[in-house]
Amino acid sequence: MRFADVVVAAGAPAGAEVVPARGQMATTLGFHIILACLGIAFPTIVLLAEFVGLRRSNVVALTLARRWSQAMGVLVAVGAVTGTVLSFEMGLLWPGLMRQYGAVLGFPFGVEGLFFFLEAIFTAIYLYGWRRLPGWAHFWTGVPIAVSGIFGAMSVIAVNSWMNQPGGFTASGGRITSVDSWQVYFNHAALYEMPHMILAAYMVTGFLVAGVYAAGIWRGRRDRYHYTGFALGFIPAAVLTPFQIFVGDTAARAIASDQPVKFASMEYVAHTGRQVPEWLGGVYINGHIYGGLRIPYVDSLLVGFGPGTKVTGWDSVPVADRPPVVWLIHLCFDAMVGLGFLLLLAGLWALYEWWRHRRLPRQRLFWVLGAVSGLAAIAAMECGWVVTEVGRQPWVVYKLLTTTAAATTNGGVIASLTFVIVLYAVLGAATIGILRILARRWRRGGPEPEVPYGPPPALQEQSVRGIES
Amino acid sequence: MISDAVGGILLASVTLYAVLGGADFGGGLWDLLAGGDRRGREPRALIEESITPVWEANHVWLVFDLVIFWTAFPHAFAAVMTTAALPLWLALAGIVLRGAGFAFRKEVSGLGAQRVLGAAFAFSSLLAPFFMGTVIGAIATGQVPADASHASLSAWTSATSLLTGLLFVGACGYLAAVYLVGEAARRGDHRLRAYFTRRAQAAGIVAGALSLAVLAELHSSNHALFSRLTGRALPLVILAGLCGLAVLALLTADRPRGVRVLAAAGVAAVIWGWGVAQYPVLLPGTNVTLSNAGAPPATLVAIVVLFVVAVVIVGPSFALLFSLQNRRLLYSDDDSGAALALQPLPSAEPLVQQPRPTEASPAVRIAVFAFVVVDALLRARRRAR
Repeated sequence: MRFADVVVAAGAPAGAEVVPARGQMATTLGFHIILACLGIAFPTIVLLAEFVGLRRSNVVALTLARRWSQAMGVLVAVGAVTGTVLSFEMGLLWPGLMRQYGAVLGFPFGVEGLFFFLEAIFTAIYLYGWRRLPGWAHFWTGVPIAVSGIFGAMSVIAVNSWMNQPGGFTASGGRITSVDSWQVYFNHAALYEMPHMILAAYMVTGFLVAGVYAAGIWRGRRDRYHYTGFALGFIPAAVLTPFQIFVGDTAARAIASDQPVKFASMEYVAHTGRQVPEWLGGVYINGHIYGGLRIPYVDSLLVGFGPGTKVTGWDSVPVADRPPVVWLIHLCFDAMVGLGFLLLLAGLWALYEWWRHRRLPRQRLFWVLGAVSGLAAIAAMECGWVVTEVGRQPWVVYKLLTTTAAATTNGGVIASLTFVIVLYAVLGAATIGILRILARRWRRGGPEPEVPYGPPPALQEQSVRGIES
Repeated sequence: MISDAVGGILLASVTLYAVLGGADFGGGLWDLLAGGDRRGREPRALIEESITPVWEANHVWLVFDLVIFWTAFPHAFAAVMTTAALPLWLALAGIVLRGAGFAFRKEVSGLGAQRVLGAAFAFSSLLAPFFMGTVIGAIATGQVPADASHASLSAWTSATSLLTGLLFVGACGYLAAVYLVGEAARRGDHRLRAYFTRRAQAAGIVAGALSLAVLAELHSSNHALFSRLTGRALPLVILAGLCGLAVLALLTADRPRGVRVLAAAGVAAVIWGWGVAQYPVLLPGTNVTLSNAGAPPATLVAIVVLFVVAVVIVGPSFALLFSLQNRRLLYSDDDSGAALALQPLPSAEPLVQQPRPTEASPAVRIAVFAFVVVDALLRARRRAR
């Protein structure tokens, strides 16, 4: 071993890297998940716009579809590279997980790879086919993107839900001896995690798109272009919101039986018992809950439809097996549910106005709500991920492998974490900046750069000739 | 043995990533060397147009490779990811900056911003293949222990590893230049065709020389691999050399038909030569082989099934994408041709004086090539004694 190796190896004792490793995974996943949502659902919304445009000869909708495709090009590229970061991190941060369970996790990831291929290929055809492919043919090249987006998401969620409800394999002596890929993919938690996340992706994307145009309308750009853009995003998202609340409710009840300690942290159930109260808000510190609203019996009611329902508390497991920072899990859960209902309210408001007056609401408050709905949906989704990921701790694979045992034994994760935070801050700012440049260019209706460092001479001569003749 | 089949699938996927995704990195190399914004406009436009619709799809092969690796050989995967953590992080940074820089550059309009993003794209296009090459070098020289628990700097900074990194950059540049010759030929652009022909020749010579240098280095750093490369895998090594020479000959004769396939076949032959030479060992220097590196048979069967499905579904999709691109039906979307003409050409001088690509005469090139080859062979013989 050379001197340099000693320096590299002079990390902390085993397990010391788990905190920065978790921080890095949280940063990169929290960033990528927004782009993943857009990757899953944005093509569908673009296709919806193109469908409306083609079917009804709606020029505004077609223009929107075409412009959104351009934004999609940027978002897909950033999503592709940040997704690659996560693939590498599976091995770079969690070699213990991969060594132990790589053979089990691999199948859903492989299926995801297949759909990722289809997504990338047809995205390219769709994005760059606008000029030369005829209308409906072009529309159909986009359909595989939407379909593979959904199946790709299912496959990735299959992995996450398997980590929550592992099964479908046998092991002996620390080695996996057989795997039932079907059971791994459709594990128990997948049945509620998959629809929950796919609906979340559609809500995030729909409300985000709607939010952009709601902000424009709020600032006074009350034209057909903005109303169309708003409606194309808002309607699908608002329609899906009640379904999402139903799925989320089902998921919470399933977690109460599958992962009772996670559920106890979500709802502040310290001791197993009946007639458990529901806590709204509040910070749990050393056995006391500060500032929360206590509603008697409701938690038991929600779990088992009766006040006598027994709810398992976190005192059912030793302290070492309980998740850290319970208050974070609880507050994130409450925030997610609260934001979900806020978004439901926005949809109901629009529905009521449409039912009574056949128009969208005129109140400025509605458009403020619309403008922030995208951010609210993102916040709700991120909170949901905090709940499920922090709530599973100290396990990475529930009751089988601890996060500490899975983490890398290499020192220096804090350095890569710092680098990642800086890089992602720049990347996020640049992505938003580019989208704003696009928006400004569309508003001006100005030229769009064709090639790097200036227009190609061929095109220029052509256009000059066109103007002269 | 099913694990052998899966090993073959992994190598096939790596090959596809190398010949498809590698060329996209090589495009970054030529973008970097294209000179100032005036002189480099046309080659950059061709590079941009050829990479834009395909790079993301090509990039997926990398993700697919990783997935197959960790699924089929989880123990070896964890060992590689632990030992070579640093170059993998650096390659990853390269991948992120390349993709983001490339996608962003298309959309910004200011020359300054385009330069910054273009530089990010071009420089990181070198970083990613170089560091991936060093990782492969570390594996090939047996520097990855089976039970790796910490990163090692010396594993990937040996001469073989660093040369392999350079070879990867050279090979990417070679593939990209050859593909761009074909692209320019199809467009009937004689100037760009000549431009990239010169670069393809130069890159071909450099890549060939680097391959021989790596081979010579392996003689001392992993003699077992060296003797198999010159024994069992010799036909593939010869095939790689013949493909390279045929490409050079066709380019010199200015007959670009078929050069792209030949260039890709040459690179594929190198990769498969390595695979055949190493077989059945997965991590040289250890007892980790294809059959004992981790996954149970059911998982391996699942991978084979997945790969067959991939070939059946993804193959035709790729064919559709490439054929649409070949028929020039895919374009960056914008509807402002007339408005562009009103914009003055950017007239600013390049911020940084780019190194002017030297265009040596064929005689000089052949002389340099011969010198490098003879030198490498002499060094190899010296070591053999």
